[in-house]
Amino acid sequence: MPCQELVELVTAYLDGSLPAADRERLEAHLKLCDPCITYIEQFRETIAASGHLHVDDLPPETQDELLRLFRDWQAA
Amino acid sequence: MASAPTLPDDEQLVRALRAGDEAVFMDLVRCWHSSMLRVAQMYVPSRAVAEEVVQETWLGVLTGIERFEQRSSLKTWVFRILTNRAKTRGERERRSVPFSALVTAEAERDDPAVDPSRFQGPDGAHPGGWAAPPDAWPQEALLAAETLGVINAAIDGLPEAQRLVITLRDVQGFGADEVAELLEISDVNQRVLLHRARSKVRAALEAHLG
Repeated sequence: MPCQELVELVTAYLDGSLPAADRERLEAHLKLCDPCITYIEQFRETIAASGHLHVDDLPPETQDELLRLFRDWQAA
Repeated sequence: MASAPTLPDDEQLVRALRAGDEAVFMDLVRCWHSSMLRVAQMYVPSRAVAEEVVQETWLGVLTGIERFEQRSSLKTWVFRILTNRAKTRGERERRSVPFSALVTAEAERDDPAVDPSRFQGPDGAHPGGWAAPPDAWPQEALLAAETLGVINAAIDGLPEAQRLVITLRDVQGFGADEVAELLEISDVNQRVLLHRARSKVRAALEAHLG
């Protein structure tokens, strides 16, 4: 498996949805290719870091509106 | 970007909402609202309408919380209410390009995960092997606020359907099956869109950290 093919399969590999034959080819490639190990590591790090993003700035007006919505609901 | 509140488990959340705990409600808003807005925008023609849909969803959550039976996670339940409302609203006020057409267009476009110039050409010693291999990233920089800002900007810059799928999968932590079901897209398209989105975010991080 060339490196250029491997980089297209990483999400399927990590999700466990890669067909067995492709998974074996990919894992055989990783035994011989440090840059692709680094690539997959970066991919995992990208996913993990995205999980630490939460909220972009929620404008104060939006927060106020929702707080009002909550209080109105409570009062009802 | 604010730092995220840590949410308690579903049982405590549901109990707190039923008891009228304002602080818990606002924590949920801070954790989910932006992602909900991204979802709604895929179905309706404008940001203003999307904001209305998300507000209606929050109200639906509050009025429905007594009846919520916890057969799914609270978050899945909330996002289902959201997609149902957004779809209904979208049938009345259509987007110029429907979501399903966007998904197909983005999934079918030729869109390599890594710039082809990073690989050796057909005349190289190893065609398709790395010509410019990636370097490992400094761990301490990964969770720096600045790095998270780069990720956020990269996600904002993605084509719409890719932005939506990565927001649900990697930012909000929904599973592959849940996302395919919520958005009514095929498993294959879910995966293709996610892969393209992650590949672009990785490239943006590499440009920043590398």
